[in-house]
Amino acid sequence: MDILVENFFNLAIMQSALPTVLTGFGMTLLLVAVVVPVGFAGGLLVALVSGARSRLLRWPMIAYVDFFRAFPPLVLLIFIHAGLPFAGIDLPAFAAVTLAFFLNTSCYYGEILRAGIESIGKGQMEAARSTGLTKLLAMTNVILPQAVRNVLPDLISNTLEVVKLTSIASVVALPELLYSAEMARSISYNASPIILAAGLYLLLLWPVVRLLSRLEHRLAA
Amino acid sequence: MTNPYLLDVRGLHKSFGHTEVLAGIDFQVAERELVFVIGPSGSGKSTLLRCCNLLEEPTSGTVTVDGVDLTAPGVDINKMRQRIGMVFQSFNLYPHMTASGNVTLALRKVLKQGRAEAAETALAALERVGMADKAEAFPNELSGGQQQRVAIARALALEPKIMLFDEPTSALDPELVGSVLKVMQDMRESGMTMVVVSHEMQFARAAADRVTFIDGGLIVEEGPPEQMFSNPTFPRTREFLARVAHA
Ligand SMILES: Nc1ncnc2c1ncn2[C@@H]1O[C@H](COP(=O)(O)OP(=O)(O)OP(=O)(O)O)[C@@H](O)[C@H]1O
Ligand SMILES: [Mg+2]
Repeated sequence: MDILVENFFNLAIMQSALPTVLTGFGMTLLLVAVVVPVGFAGGLLVALVSGARSRLLRWPMIAYVDFFRAFPPLVLLIFIHAGLPFAGIDLPAFAAVTLAFFLNTSCYYGEILRAGIESIGKGQMEAARSTGLTKLLAMTNVILPQAVRNVLPDLISNTLEVVKLTSIASVVALPELLYSAEMARSISYNASPIILAAGLYLLLLWPVVRLLSRLEHRLAA
Repeated sequence: MTNPYLLDVRGLHKSFGHTEVLAGIDFQVAERELVFVIGPSGSGKSTLLRCCNLLEEPTSGTVTVDGVDLTAPGVDINKMRQRIGMVFQSFNLYPHMTASGNVTLALRKVLKQGRAEAAETALAALERVGMADKAEAFPNELSGGQQQRVAIARALALEPKIMLFDEPTSALDPELVGSVLKVMQDMRESGMTMVVVSHEMQFARAAADRVTFIDGGLIVEEGPPEQMFSNPTFPRTREFLARVAHA
């Protein structure tokens, strides 16, 4: 029991690791604040283009989505960070992570939003167009608000996955939460910083999980 | 060159794939006229109406509204659609907006009215259809008849030159039909030009200037309601009217 507390819940070590881990937490928050909106915006674009009438637009988008959904995000990130420099493209860690997340998450957000858009009857678009709204205005004012509402649980659920996935940024030495905790662990030869990091992830994500389950309940009712 | 007709459809063909749905329609509506369009299911009534504001792209032929050929290249169709109101069988109100929000959307985004001005215009339009007191209600809080009247207000607010109705009362419970027909009657009396696809033959008798019978993508015959209903020229028209009368 003592050994367990000593190695995993060592308060003294947690305290000394706290500044490092909190800095990492800050970086994780920053990362989330960048990759979630960027991924969502990319997803919107994916959804709109894959619903386009022109095959010239639609088919490349289908290929793009298929490709990056099949590409493991960790492999993608390592490729961008460690592989692209061989092609003369040397991105800083943060930019590499942002690009990898954009390519990966835009596909998932895109598929969810597309399903949402398809759930709206075509009468809505026709009514909007019949009053002189352009296709884009009808999309943004009439279709998307309803579409997003219809797939809100899936969007939140995906966002949850994205937040958790930000920990892969540690492999390119971006000092986010996992990387910082791992650093503190290797200095202290003690697992407590990892537990601390896990606690912070939980603190961040638990409210989102609660919200999601309430939404799912409400929709099921 | 002025066109005496507000709506002038010439040689209109429309095919979906290999099926020809409209097979050469010539159809004219003068200002302040109320024209009723009747015909069996699948005869192309909705398609004709939807070609009149280019919700469907004609395969060939021209559709001229207020002197502008909608099928000509370079026509600003969004601008033209402000002059062509449309009312759908299933209302198609935006469920995430209030009645007022439904009406103000195009006023703000298309006519670029400010928030206050748009709200005022919307309220006036809702007033015309007897729905001003429900301006802040959401569609799911309204009966079918009320929803359809809001949908009419949504079109009216843009001050269209012509209104197209596609079976505006078909989705309504019988006791709610009257309220919508009453609004349409009022519009007619205020001089609105209207094309109405509907099975409300009594309303046609009372309000229509002309009844047009369509079958198989062609206009079979048209004439004043008394003549069409009591003494149609073609057997097909007679058969159709007999069937509707017994339904
Ligand atoms: N988008 C479409 N794609 C393929 N076929 C269509 C399409 N829209 C209509 N049609 C076909 O065109 C024909 C005419 O349809 P339309 O809706 O104009 O008939 P209608 O006279 O309005 O019938 P109803 O009284 O049932 O409303 C029908 O056979 C229909 O199946
Ligand atoms: Mg129809």
